[in-house]
Amino acid sequence: MKVIELQNVTKTFHRSGGQRLLRHYLEEVLGKTDPQLFFALKDVSFSVADGESVAVIGANGAGKSTLLSLVTGLAPPSSGTVTVNGRAAALLDLGSGFHPDLTGRENILLNASLLGFSRRQAHDLYDSIVEFSELDDFIKEPLRTYSSGMMLRLAFSVAVNLDPQILIIDEVLAVGDQKFQAKCTEKIFEIRNQGRTILCVSHFSPTLRELCDRALWLDHGQLVMDGPIAEVGAAYEGRLSRSA
Amino acid sequence: MWKGDYLFLLQNLVVKDFKIRYRNMSLGVFWSLLNPLVMMSALTFVFTAVFPNNQIENFPIFVLCGLVPFNFFTVAWQNGTISVANNAGLIKRVPVPREIVPIATVLSSCVHLGIQIGLLLTMVIIFGRGINWHWLWLPVVWGLEILFVCGITLMTSALDVYIRDVRYVVESACTLLFWMVPVFYAIHSVPQTYANIYQFNPLAALILALRTILIDGASPTATLLLKLAFSSTLVFALGLYVFHRMKRHFFDYL
Repeated sequence: MKVIELQNVTKTFHRSGGQRLLRHYLEEVLGKTDPQLFFALKDVSFSVADGESVAVIGANGAGKSTLLSLVTGLAPPSSGTVTVNGRAAALLDLGSGFHPDLTGRENILLNASLLGFSRRQAHDLYDSIVEFSELDDFIKEPLRTYSSGMMLRLAFSVAVNLDPQILIIDEVLAVGDQKFQAKCTEKIFEIRNQGRTILCVSHFSPTLRELCDRALWLDHGQLVMDGPIAEVGAAYEGRLSRSA
Repeated sequence: MWKGDYLFLLQNLVVKDFKIRYRNMSLGVFWSLLNPLVMMSALTFVFTAVFPNNQIENFPIFVLCGLVPFNFFTVAWQNGTISVANNAGLIKRVPVPREIVPIATVLSSCVHLGIQIGLLLTMVIIFGRGINWHWLWLPVVWGLEILFVCGITLMTSALDVYIRDVRYVVESACTLLFWMVPVFYAIHSVPQTYANIYQFNPLAALILALRTILIDGASPTATLLLKLAFSSTLVFALGLYVFHRMKRHFFDYL
């Protein structure tokens, strides 16, 4: 069964993106400027089967994060179709739903509800999240009193304990000190071994090679290679050393 | 697509807004009481001592009936308008239904509103207007008002993502609105031609209904209630439609 399928997907952004002021609209209407298009993804097609773990590799700005936002349904494709079956939990930018003035406990419940959990499920999972994070009594303190490592630990614990069908990981495989990193990696492998689908965007590393069976190589928005991770990894690293 | 627990999410977002607003204030919810009381005293002074020739009795509660809905409307509308753009981190990272962000912001202002309504009712009783069965209309008119604010906020918050100037338009509109709704003057001072149009403005209609219920001790007229219900529902439906049309490209503009 295909859980993720992209067919001829293209995603463009306006060059002026981000802040759009009234002035820009007036200029466009008056024909002063042509909206310049930037191709973040160009005609990308691939599918991921249930239980596969796939890495997305490529240089900065190759379109990896754009790809993830399309898969999670955050952004619509400019053309082509994106189909996703099953609930995807994204470890995008850990802790994006967190607020510094709320306590750890309040943030856990807020994040669980943002990720689509019911009150009952959130309360059931609460203890395992706190235990995993090793924050103990700090859980009752506002988040602004946390060190950055503690905050990442909390965010990671929330995301991995929510039992997603498709786990989407962006740049973060492990956070915190070495001991906690090992625990994170172990948890991700455990999720994979349960037969969950994993889509992982990360720097190419030995851990990634071990975690994923397959890799997609993106370059300037185009899918240049799709195959077993060993082959794609070798080609990718070969290209890097040639250009260096 | 996101298939979660809407109520649980809404509750968490409302509680978050409320806690963030009050956690770092030493006086906390007392501010909700202070602002309308200060405004009430100032307006009462101006319109009973400086311009003493008005025919309105019980001016303090008369003006409070205008101030409480007006304050709620402006605070909820302004905070709601910027809510989507200000929560870009959330919108771009979590596939929650986007409508919930402005609606939660409006509802979190309702906590504030509840306190102010308590103040208003207390003042009404202090001024010797007792409780009567017409008060049963209060939840109806307030409910319609909240529906209206949700609708207009859905519209402006979606527009604000594309054109950030919208928030300043809203701000100016609120300043203007203070004069265009009968906060400190009576509707019968308004020439008849304009007075009929006033009733289509849900905010003005609410103020009129409140005065009828709380000061005159009567039920609001059926025409007024129908106009209020009609315009509130229309604005809410329109708000949902506009937001739904525009939310698709939020990601590209945030």
